[in-house]
Amino acid sequence: MSGIRDVIIIGSGPAGYTAAVYAARAQLAPLLFEGSVTAGGALMNTTEVENFPGFTDGIMGPALMEQMRAQAERFGAELVTDDIVSMDLSGDTKIVVDGAGASHEAKAVILAMGSGYRELGLPSEKRLSGHGVSWCATCDGFFFRDQDIAVVGGGDSALEEATFLTRFARTVTLVHRRDALRGSKIMQERALANDKMRFAWNSAVEEIHGDTKVSGIVLRDTITGELRDLPVTGLFIAIGHDPRSELVRDQVRVDGEGYVLVDPGSTRTSLTGVFACGDLVDHTYRQAITAAGSGCAAALDAERFLAASE
Amino acid sequence: MGATKTVTDASFADDVLLSAKPVVVDFWAEWCGPCKMVAPILEEIAAANEGIIIAKLNVDENPQTSASYGITSIPTLNVFQDGKVVKTIVGAKPKAALLAELAPYL
Repeated sequence: MSGIRDVIIIGSGPAGYTAAVYAARAQLAPLLFEGSVTAGGALMNTTEVENFPGFTDGIMGPALMEQMRAQAERFGAELVTDDIVSMDLSGDTKIVVDGAGASHEAKAVILAMGSGYRELGLPSEKRLSGHGVSWCATCDGFFFRDQDIAVVGGGDSALEEATFLTRFARTVTLVHRRDALRGSKIMQERALANDKMRFAWNSAVEEIHGDTKVSGIVLRDTITGELRDLPVTGLFIAIGHDPRSELVRDQVRVDGEGYVLVDPGSTRTSLTGVFACGDLVDHTYRQAITAAGSGCAAALDAERFLAASE
Repeated sequence: MGATKTVTDASFADDVLLSAKPVVVDFWAEWCGPCKMVAPILEEIAAANEGIIIAKLNVDENPQTSASYGITSIPTLNVFQDGKVVKTIVGAKPKAALLAELAPYL
């Protein structure tokens, strides 16, 4: 134990690392918990990031995160590859407990835990996870060479995954609840122009077939209710994310979906000295650059709070 | 490499199937972010547990073994005892969760 810190940051996506860069440069000697198996955050599961300013030709998600991590370290942020398993944020001294059971104390805490994959909620989904059901196209696309597979979802991540998977698969069917895509225009055009892509509009995944591995899915027409079989050997799920606010839900104010609420135009939560940023608070933009921006804001808010409380 | 053992399609029978100790095989690849995140945890578990062997199999270089065990997601950890798969763990999990799942074999 090194006594009470100025600031502890929890989470290591663009929000957490950017907060660490700013807090370290403000000489707050931040301690950042990256997560034991989540270091780098959601971008670790992505391929090419084409919309992060400054990277003219794009950059791979994991490479971008490695650079942000190195930048935080360069200014003296202390990075710990462990989880936080509990927090007590109510007092003037905030206490967080890591996966090894050690307590750490700070005057300010920046919450940047991001979001986790949303599941379909089918029993067969869990049973067949790792046997044809996947949440990571970059990890698992390789196993579906020349096969017919499906991606469920209609946003940018679903479009990116589906387009990426056409490098391996024979066909990729995008299953979407509505009759139009939600993703950015450039991603939509790319997917629609890809001759390996198929589209199942107004369709929801009702059931996943397969004893030991996926053999097909049942689609329900979201308008007529009609059911139909789609023979696929793989199903990639990209239906969105939920904020990872479990540890703080009963301490700071959250909205109905679990997003941490912050004062408008700031990163201040309902608790003094507790700031929140990134996908944990954002159900509107959810981009690497907006997460990084709010991580910067959280560090500046924390710095001002610490200066004012001295 | 540290405490883990690299296995291949060629060495799989000798190193895994005929092993006297239980073997945890980590199916992984370079392009897999979660595989990289879980790798240091496996090193730690391997270093601290002599009763078990933790083996790493690169799926890109060793497609036969991955295909014959029906691997379609990585990381996947298969626990082999007396040549048979006795447990499958899919996805990167924190150390405490892995230790709990592997407890019967440690």
